Amino acid sequence: MITFIVRRLLGAVLMLLVVSMVTFAVFFLVPRIAGQTTDQLATQYVGRNPSVTQIHAMEVKLGLDQPIYVQYGRFLKGIVAGADYDAGPDRTHCPAPCFGYSFKNQQPVWPQMLSALPVTGSLAIGAAILWLVTGVGIGVLSALKRGSIFDRTAMSAALAGVSLPIFFTALLSLAIFRDSVPLFPDAGNFIPFSESPGRWAEALVLPWVTLAFLYAALYARLTRAGMLETMNEDFIRTARAKGLSERKVVVKHGLRATLTPIVTIFGLDLGLLVGGAILTETAFSLPGLGRFAVNAITNQDLPEILGVTLLAGFFVVLANLIVDVLYAVVDPRVRY
Amino acid sequence: MKRKNAVAFAAVCAGLSLLTACGSGSSGGTGTSNNTAGAAAYNAGLNNVVNPSTKAGGTLNYALSNTPDSTDPGNTYYALMWNFSRLYARPLLTFKSAPGADGLKLIPGLATGLGKTSADGLTWTYTIQSGLKFEDGSAITTKDVKYAIERSTNYAPSVLPNGPTYFQQYLTDPTYPGAYKDTTPDKMGLKGIDTPNDTTIVFHLQHPFADFDYLVTNPQTAPVPPAKDTGSNYQTHPMSSGPYMFSTYDPNKGFTLVKNPQWSASSDPNDKQLVNTINVAFNVQAADIDSRLLNGSLDVDMDGTGVQTAARARILGNKALQVKADDATTGFLYYAALNTQVAPLNNVDCRKAIMYAVNKTTQQTAYGGPIAGGDIASTVLPPTVSGYQRADQYAATSQPNGDTAKAKSALQACGQPNGFSINIAARGDRPKEVSAAQGIQEALAQVGIKAQIQQYPTGSYYSTYAGVPNFVHQHDLGIILGGWGADWPDGFGFLSQIVDGRAIKAAGNSNLQEENNPQVNQLLDKATQTSDATARNKIYAQIDQIVMSDATILPEVYSKALLYRSPNVTNAFVTEAYGMYDYTQLGKA
Repeated sequence: MITFIVRRLLGAVLMLLVVSMVTFAVFFLVPRIAGQTTDQLATQYVGRNPSVTQIHAMEVKLGLDQPIYVQYGRFLKGIVAGADYDAGPDRTHCPAPCFGYSFKNQQPVWPQMLSALPVTGSLAIGAAILWLVTGVGIGVLSALKRGSIFDRTAMSAALAGVSLPIFFTALLSLAIFRDSVPLFPDAGNFIPFSESPGRWAEALVLPWVTLAFLYAALYARLTRAGMLETMNEDFIRTARAKGLSERKVVVKHGLRATLTPIVTIFGLDLGLLVGGAILTETAFSLPGLGRFAVNAITNQDLPEILGVTLLAGFFVVLANLIVDVLYAVVDPRVRY
Repeated sequence: MKRKNAVAFAAVCAGLSLLTACGSGSSGGTGTSNNTAGAAAYNAGLNNVVNPSTKAGGTLNYALSNTPDSTDPGNTYYALMWNFSRLYARPLLTFKSAPGADGLKLIPGLATGLGKTSADGLTWTYTIQSGLKFEDGSAITTKDVKYAIERSTNYAPSVLPNGPTYFQQYLTDPTYPGAYKDTTPDKMGLKGIDTPNDTTIVFHLQHPFADFDYLVTNPQTAPVPPAKDTGSNYQTHPMSSGPYMFSTYDPNKGFTLVKNPQWSASSDPNDKQLVNTINVAFNVQAADIDSRLLNGSLDVDMDGTGVQTAARARILGNKALQVKADDATTGFLYYAALNTQVAPLNNVDCRKAIMYAVNKTTQQTAYGGPIAGGDIASTVLPPTVSGYQRADQYAATSQPNGDTAKAKSALQACGQPNGFSINIAARGDRPKEVSAAQGIQEALAQVGIKAQIQQYPTGSYYSTYAGVPNFVHQHDLGIILGGWGADWPDGFGFLSQIVDGRAIKAAGNSNLQEENNPQVNQLLDKATQTSDATARNKIYAQIDQIVMSDATILPEVYSKALLYRSPNVTNAFVTEAYGMYDYTQLGKA
């Protein structure tokens, strides 16, 4: 198992390296290939009516005048060993992992991402618990009561959940539960858990439910399909023949076998969400990584774009790693 | 002020509009205010202080749809920050906090009076009040003001890149390397500024510049103590010289201001210190800002560029909400630049054909109609800028649907009786601008001019496309849509960057039409040397008429914005200096 994990970790590092190279090339190399000069790039990061001196100073400061491979090398070095930046009166040290300084606000990228992470983490984990419990629960019940009113209603709701885009359900929930019937007047106004657990939860209930609505629908349909297939397997019939209680048959044998693909998808979904739930955070104006990513792209803030892409990639890779390990736990066949 | 970038449309728009106008009963609105001072009514905030109160305490909550360019007073070009930063950074002079035209009057900030200029116009002297203190109790001296300018974008653009550079352009010693590379022991090496004592500061100019008092309203003149300067990190906690000081700052989430105990109302009668705390949230979606304003959980939309479409419809359709709204003229002009270097628009008659052919009502509708878009424009200078003189060379207001006959006649004169082909540049992520481009395309088709619309992203519109003359020439971008607001509310502040031929740049160019008329350039120079304001304003009006005769700028609308005035706030009114509510006056009801 340890060899397996080490091998996967090395693979993850390689994957992140590739992600960083591709992202760097997309944002730094492609504009140059398209004919954009470095002073044109620098012009985006200075004020209105910039003088030639202003543009040149920015070009040099951002290192845009250097060859691409030098810029990329500096970026990687910063992540591994940290970097020093000219803050004006003195040089500021940005400790590893230093994802560089924002081209726009001249602040280090890493602390900004760390500041956004609790928001996204709160959103993703809360929503994940909600959708896992409700989605899997509804899926199991629907499968066991196939064709019943509950099954039909649940699957219709699931279809709605899958079909309705988050920006629609989010705005609808805000319009109803915050603006019309102010059950959650502070929805979206994020307060850290450490500051006030009550207000933290109040701000996140609507985002949780909105996000969970989409995913729960997916998971319910997936679980239902899996359960229907599993419950017709020979080993289920054998379990029943052995006189096991229906509860044990369903939970220990049926659900466990169904969970294998669910766990895989859950890991990926959670990893992606922790990397930034862009639509939900934008709709609710939550200052998380997703919103951070949107702003970075809007502002063409290349270090921020690189940073958030790598962090999102890291979470996806990490989630995959955890899933692979859990996979072995959930399905003993994988171990052999 | 700064141009908006891609997704920060609202923020940049604010940045572009320093001027505002709203004045009395500005045309185009659906209603006019007929209110008494203090009463809430539609447009009441244009000419009156609404909900006046001296009540202290409470928290004011602001929200921005993006992030400000910087909270560092030496590094900002956004109008909203020039307005807001006065709460913690007092410049030498400022605009009077008053509704209506009074809001354009210059009054002392740190200074004791307006500047005194020498007979040759080459020096400007200011005296600051004695006994002023920073938030830490240390004394404010003119050396702190000089240092603030030395460290600003003017001389240290690699550290603080966002602000304007007028001081570097106008003061002597333009090659001064900036405070951070200053090798003099006290970092006071800039020869363009003298500080003979702690309360006197003397500016030495290369050439006379009559508008200099306007320059020192810039937050770059707010004092910065050298020992507390942290360069690019100073934005996280600028040392306060105003009624509020920084308590927290997160570049991704926002910041909090609390009362500055060292500030005294007696030394600063223009500003107020009513609420205990001011919270500013960054990156709140624009539509969500409107919803929060309307449900009362937010007090001020700091962007100051007006509510979005959905909220506008809701406000205008509901009398109870409408009385809490102000349709403010922003001082911003939307226009189409007709490039003088792209054939056949290098012929003035071909440009005139376009001036006549375009349907101005369509353009107004494209920008949002008379309330959210603005009034049909017929001059380069908006009505609220000093120097504006009513004129209408192309019958934009008397014949707003366009004059096809005159357009065809102009085409004959330019030797293109059957029309020609040309490209239109617009920002593709600005639906209003794209609609305006389509309106121009349709109108030109009626006189035989075939126009193709080329769309570019806002973020690099000026840096890579429309603001790069070589690109413009290579891609036949004869018509370029854009918008402009003044850096200060007079003709020079509006015109100098967009019509002066010497301001044309290889990248980041704002003179989109590449107007380079020696007469215009000379008149701009003459204006800077004319101390009499009335004579200066005549020059600005003359320049406006010449540019219109050159047919290089097709004015579309004098921009307006529907602002929602939350009943939660007291002392609310629109300042004409910045085109939004005066943030130095607000209290909590």
